[in-house]
Formats: sequence, structure tokens, C-alpha cells
Amino acid sequence: MATLIKHRRIVAQPSPPELTLEPADDPAAFAERLADLRVVAVRFPKYADGRGYSIGRLLRERHGYKGELRAVGEVARDHLELLAQCGFDAFELRAGEDVDDALVAFDDLSENYQSTAAQPLPLFRRRAVA
Amino acid sequence: MYLYDEIDQRLVDERVAQFRDQTRRFLAGKLSEDDFRALRLRNGLYVQRFAPMLRIAIPYGLLSTKQLRKLADIARRYDRGYGHFSTRQNLQLNWPKLDEVPEILAELATVQLHAIQTSGNCVRNITTDHFAGVAPDEIVDAFAWCELIRQWSTFHPEFNYLPRKFKIAVNGAVADRAATFVHDIGLHALRDADGAVGFRVIVGGGLGRTPVVGQVIREFLPWPHLLTYLDAILRVYNRHGRRDNLHKARIKILVKERGVAGFRREVEAEWARLKDGPATLTAEEVRRVESRFTRPAYACLRDIAFPKSKTPFNAWRRRNVHPHRQPGYAAVTVSLKKTGVPPGDVTSDQMERIADLAVRYSFGELRVTHEQNLVFADVQQAELHGLWQELRDLGLATPNIGLLTNIISCPGGDFCALANAKSIPVAEDIQRRFDDLDYLHDIGELDLNISGCINACGHHHVGHIGILGVDKNGEEWYQVEIGGNQGRTTISGANPGAYPGSPGNRGLSPIGASLGKIIGPSIARAEVPDVIERLIQTYLALRDSEHERFVDVVHRVGIEPFKKSVYGHPDQTPADRRAALAA
Repeated sequence: MATLIKHRRIVAQPSPPELTLEPADDPAAFAERLADLRVVAVRFPKYADGRGYSIGRLLRERHGYKGELRAVGEVARDHLELLAQCGFDAFELRAGEDVDDALVAFDDLSENYQSTAAQPLPLFRRRAVA
Repeated sequence: MYLYDEIDQRLVDERVAQFRDQTRRFLAGKLSEDDFRALRLRNGLYVQRFAPMLRIAIPYGLLSTKQLRKLADIARRYDRGYGHFSTRQNLQLNWPKLDEVPEILAELATVQLHAIQTSGNCVRNITTDHFAGVAPDEIVDAFAWCELIRQWSTFHPEFNYLPRKFKIAVNGAVADRAATFVHDIGLHALRDADGAVGFRVIVGGGLGRTPVVGQVIREFLPWPHLLTYLDAILRVYNRHGRRDNLHKARIKILVKERGVAGFRREVEAEWARLKDGPATLTAEEVRRVESRFTRPAYACLRDIAFPKSKTPFNAWRRRNVHPHRQPGYAAVTVSLKKTGVPPGDVTSDQMERIADLAVRYSFGELRVTHEQNLVFADVQQAELHGLWQELRDLGLATPNIGLLTNIISCPGGDFCALANAKSIPVAEDIQRRFDDLDYLHDIGELDLNISGCINACGHHHVGHIGILGVDKNGEEWYQVEIGGNQGRTTISGANPGAYPGSPGNRGLSPIGASLGKIIGPSIARAEVPDVIERLIQTYLALRDSEHERFVDVVHRVGIEPFKKSVYGHPDQTPADRRAALAA
């Protein structure tokens, strides 16, 4: 059974996504609807298919989506930190993933050099302020 | 050298801990072979023919002696006492043990080294001109820009699972010594009329099974926009690059499918939304990164006029010593192309001796070149003779830089699981055939590159002569190409009396980046040296003067005369050819 984690907790009874984007989908095509949605999922059909990371950032940064952004499909422990940086805040782990391992996956790296959905200011701008 | 700050160091340390945990989970059976594969590749670890292979990043080829000593020490304690410098300016260890790799990475981190993103479908090590910062024809010092791109690409969350690997090269001089036209992205650092830095952006070049010369999509990108523009290119590629076929997944295929104008439109449309956003570079950040580079404290010296006599020292000086922007200094190539030694291989003992020499002669720094040699970038001309004697004693002073025996070669079938054929023994056979230095110098500048399979790690497509190993019914055969060229490089030392950089130096190659053409059916391994000899004889008979290089002649007359010299008439059988070659 796939487990959904959000805010570093297991979600007991997840609500189904109102919209699921496939990797080839263009987020711009759904832009008008996003304001009314509370749960949008992006599907990762393969472990190494990285298109959804761009989709996540576009939904958050370009189209201003504020609701739950859920990664579904081949979502594994070692993806989580990257996904979180790209704007995902809910993760439906694929079957067989160790949930305890997954819950600590967000702390592997303490910084990001880049501008991301989770941290729009790149490290060099934050360094400059510090 | 770029010196890490506290955050750079912390990230590398955290990456080591992360990989240690991933390895632990794999060995405990909690990570599948496939999943672990994606993770270990992003830490440079392959599983090869006989053992794992670890590819250690040497960012833009710049290395301190402290780091080189650590590499020597690691190669001795965790491997078999040697390493292999690759065409991506990295160092490969061919025999580490999988369960010891986290320990190796931890040791590397103590000297600000790592193996991050040296493999896998992500942005790889940034490469540049091995004479960056010292070349007389330099426009912009490329190192700081390379480091800015290194930081941008390191753990980029959006671009960690690209359709395929992604290689970026930066060149900051008039001559292109970074092969920028055969990279996924090539960047030429330029200056506008006011002296402000910007970049010519080239996309879609690459070697491999579908070699393509890249195309310019922007003539001048002002420096503040460097990272947002890279983001735009990578985003278009990440979303639209093919993922259904491994062999069509590189950006060059997407650029071809869209056409360069179409691809440019998509990138510019994406960039319009990212431009001036938070990822826009600031002058303060560029200054900060520049200031973290150590720079040599040059003495105030004058250039030395060397006598032109025909001595072994002068032979070495003409080939292996290069001009420098600072009077009284020179850059020196330490040749890793001695006959009988696999190209790019160095033992731990040699690494330590090289480190000692770099401390005494070149401010404790060195560079790795994409031609698999090392460079001491800042040597006083007055000390060249002493350095030459010491290098000679170590077998590192072969005076063959730019010549036929300075062969680029991948590890090939002796090591690599992908190879169809061996490449190192072929290189050695050729080096043995052309062991006469006078003859070699008479032939003049010639790049000979060998790859053991179509993945083209030995850059055979851009060799003036390129050799590709192919498999025919389980036997090793070799396909020969001629006329390839890595780019508009400097032709150095072509005038035998001239000190490189003096008015006698001939300047830029008349030919830009180009891909070789196959001359005919593949040949057996034993035939390779004879075929090369035929090509050389044909060239010598056709050249206008000793200033016309092999590749210039191929571009002037085409491949036909060369083809004929090797194959005779078109339906010649292999037996005929052997008889003809033996005659």
C-alpha cells in the first residue's frame, strides 16, 4: 500500500487529487483552474523520469498554485528532498518504501545553491544579506 | 584554487553522509540494484568489467598539490596505486571496492574534492581551457564563471534526472581550447565594447553515437543572466528531451528536431519568464567567488630568449612549453603520453613527485587537460631547464604535445564494460611505430584520438585522425576517420625557431570544430599502424609546406587521396589491402 506523507507525518486518510498531471502535460494548460483546486498530483512514472520536477516548479512559481502539490507514482525516499525544493509538499510513497527512512529524508542536505520553489532566493542572495 | 567556504564544505560533507547511508541501505537489501544505480552514478561510481570504477571530479581541471597528494594516497590505499585522467578533466580509479567508496569520498572531502555528478543523467563536471588565467589570448578568466556554474549545477533539484547526461564547457580566450562546439552547452566568455563580460551560447553539440557540431543560439548574453539562461535551456530540455530512446535523449537530438531557430524561440520564451528573477547574478556574488580563488604572486621578470640549438631540452621546450601572459613565465605541459604507458595514467608515486615539483616550480597548483595531460601553469622561464630535467627523470617530459603520439584514448576494452574493442594497446602500437622524434616533429601538429566504442569517450570524431573500435562477430576491428577538429585552437610551436607566443607563433587554427569522415571499411588491429603510416605518407606528399597541417590538407583536398592510399580500388579485399600495406 502506498503511504502519503505530508509535513513529515503520515496522512491517515488522504483525499483524492482533483487533478493529476502526467509528465508530458503542460501546466500552463491548467493555469486557469488552479486557483480553485486544493489537491493537485503530478505523476512520476519512472524512478528517473525528471519531468515532474519542472512541472512542480512551474505550478508553484509561474502559475501561483497554493494548494497541496502531491508527487505520486515511483516516488522514493531519495527523491523527497529534491521534490520538496521543487514545490511538492505531499508525497505518496511507492509500495515497499520504508516510511521511517522517508520521514528523515528531508534533512540530507542543509542548503541549496539554487533559486527553488521552496526557497526562491538562491544561496548567494541569502549570503549577501547575512 | 577556489577555496570552499563553510557552506560549500558542509554540503560536500553532507553528501558523503547521504551516500554512506544509501550504500548501507543497498548492502542491507533495502535499495534495489536499479535504484542504487541512479544514486551511485551521481556519486561517480560505475560497475565496470572487472570492478567498480570511481570517477572523481576535478572541477574545471584545477588541482592543488594537497589534493593531488590525497589522490595519490587514496589510489595507493584503496586501489592499485594509479589513476587515470579522463577527457573530462577528472580522475578515475579502476579498482575500488564498493563498500569502501563512502570512506574514499569522506577522505576526498577533507581536501575539498568529491565525485558529485561525475556520472548519471545530470549536469557533469564543468570543463574549461587548461590555460585559463594565464593565456596571452585570454579575454575573460573562465575559472570564476566555471565555479559559479558548478555551484548552480550542484544538486540542482529540478535537473537531477535529465533525459541524459549534460556537459558544459566554458572558454574565455580567443582560441577555443575547451572544445565548446562539441558540448551540450558551450559558453564563450567575451567582452562588449565597454568591456562588460557576456557569453556566446552554443547548444546541441556532442560526440557519442550521433556526433554534432553545436550551434550558436545567442551571440552575447550579458553576465547577470548566465544562470537564468542556463535554467531556461535546461528546463526546455528536461521537459521536452526524448526519454523513450536512450540513444536519442541528448539535447542535440531535441535541437535537431526543433531546428535551431525553433529551439531558440522556446528557450527565449522560457527565459523571458525567468529573466531578472532571483537567480540573476549580482556583481557582489561574482566578486565574492573571484576573491575565493587564490592567485599566484608573480615576480617581476622579463622574457628570456632561448638559443635555437637542436637539443633535447629545446625539443621539449618547443612542444611542451606554452606562452604566458606574465613576462618571464611560461606554462608547461607534463606529458602523460609516454610510449608504453596508457594515455592519462599516473602512478601514486608519480603523483607525489609531480606534487613536489608543482610546489617548487608552479605555486603549488596544476591543471588537468582534456587531452589527458597535466599543466604547470606558472613556471619561471629561468627554471624551465631545471624542471625539464626533473620531469625527464620521472618519464614525464616526452616532447610530444600537439603531435601524433599525444594520443587521447579512453580506457577501452581493458577496463570498460561498454567498450567493443581495446584502445590502449592500439595507442601503444601507434606510439611504437612513430617513435622517431625527428619524423614526429616533421609530421607536425596532429591530434590522434581513439575510442573503444561509439560512446566516443576518446573523442575520436574530433581527432585529425580518429580511430573507433567496433565489434565484428566477436572480433575487434577499427574504423578510421580523418578531418575531425576539436575547434579553433592555437597552433603552437609550429615555427621551430620561435618561442611560443613570440611573433613566430602562427596563431589560430584556420579550421573550426568539425567531425571526421570515415575513410572506408574497418580494419584489423594489426593493420592500424600501417594504415596511419599510409595516411601520413599521403599527407606529406600533398602538403604545401610544413606549415600546412594534416587536418588542413584533409580539408583542402578531401578524403579521397587518403582513402585511395589505404584501400586502393573500391572493392579491394582485406587480403589485397594487407598485401598492399606490407609492400
